[in-house]
Amino acid sequence: MTSTELSRSAYLRDSDPYKVGRGGNRGPIGAALGTDIDATGRGEGGPASRRVVVGYGFWIFLVSDIVMFSAFFAAHAVLQNATAGGPSGRELFNPFSIAVETACLLLSSFTCGMSSLATKARNLVFTEVFLFVTGLLGLVFLILETRDFAGMISSGAGPQRSAFLSSFFALVGLHGVHVSAGLLWLGTMMAQVVSKGFRPNILRRLMCFTLFWHVLDIIWVALFTVVYLIGEGR
Amino acid sequence: MSHEADVTDMSDVAPGVLDEGTGNVWRMVLLYLVGLILAASLTAGSFLVVGTNLIWGPGIPAALVVLAIGQIGVHLVFFLHLTTAPDNTNTALALAFGVLIVALVLGGSLWIMAHLDHRMMMPMPSAPFS
Repeated sequence: MTSTELSRSAYLRDSDPYKVGRGGNRGPIGAALGTDIDATGRGEGGPASRRVVVGYGFWIFLVSDIVMFSAFFAAHAVLQNATAGGPSGRELFNPFSIAVETACLLLSSFTCGMSSLATKARNLVFTEVFLFVTGLLGLVFLILETRDFAGMISSGAGPQRSAFLSSFFALVGLHGVHVSAGLLWLGTMMAQVVSKGFRPNILRRLMCFTLFWHVLDIIWVALFTVVYLIGEGR
Repeated sequence: MSHEADVTDMSDVAPGVLDEGTGNVWRMVLLYLVGLILAASLTAGSFLVVGTNLIWGPGIPAALVVLAIGQIGVHLVFFLHLTTAPDNTNTALALAFGVLIVALVLGGSLWIMAHLDHRMMMPMPSAPFS
């Protein structure tokens, strides 16, 4: 690192610790260092790059999605004991199936990260391979979940049996719908990467998909803890 | 418009994106692997706590909540690359606001409904409120 770079990074570090805005004008120090570092916080550097704006906007959507999930979580937490004489979680849940589903989602989150690294390296083959593995693990998760649901419904523990089961199917089903939508998106992205290549807009879509998939796994962590593990103890 | 090249900016990073400047792919793979191992062991811990008598019965829900929060933290740091760096301030602030709303919705619902249950269980007063 040259001394100019060093003093530039030192200046960036000390000038605006929170970097709330983007600079643009070359102030006296910036001119001396040959970089645009002045006017930070006044937005004179213009809007952030498209990649940052798109990513941040999608992040806001994901946070709002988490807020929506919290309402379903609250309903389930309140209705957890309202079994109306029907079966409780302890009688219904199959811990082995839940463990396999959890492992599938966690591994798919990892392979999704691997595909984003392959994208970063502009490696088409590995991007596609890791996306495919991600989709495969997501599909296994969905099949297992559907099998669990079908078993519960056929044994008379469908959503209409009790308030507890209504909230259970609403919450877990909502997550399943998200995973299904994610799989459709994933298939679309695999096709688009092949047909259009690593264009900036495709890269942004891949970035948003990665965010979406990771957040789905975070929601599943809260879900298997609250619904299955704590619910099983009741 | 959408085909314009995206400028990489060292002071601005999109959410969930590793620092654009970091070059070594294998170091980032290692980062994901560490995250995977941590998350997997926390998950295994959760299932272990439920399946065995390792923890005193009434303490199990608290232990599960702690393990879940830990795992969510691992996901945020190792998979979503959330840091406290200046370029992550907006991302972290948006998430913090979301967590506030989630806490209000969850805590408020549980509090109000527990209160309601408590009142419903009280014996009816002989002379109802007129």
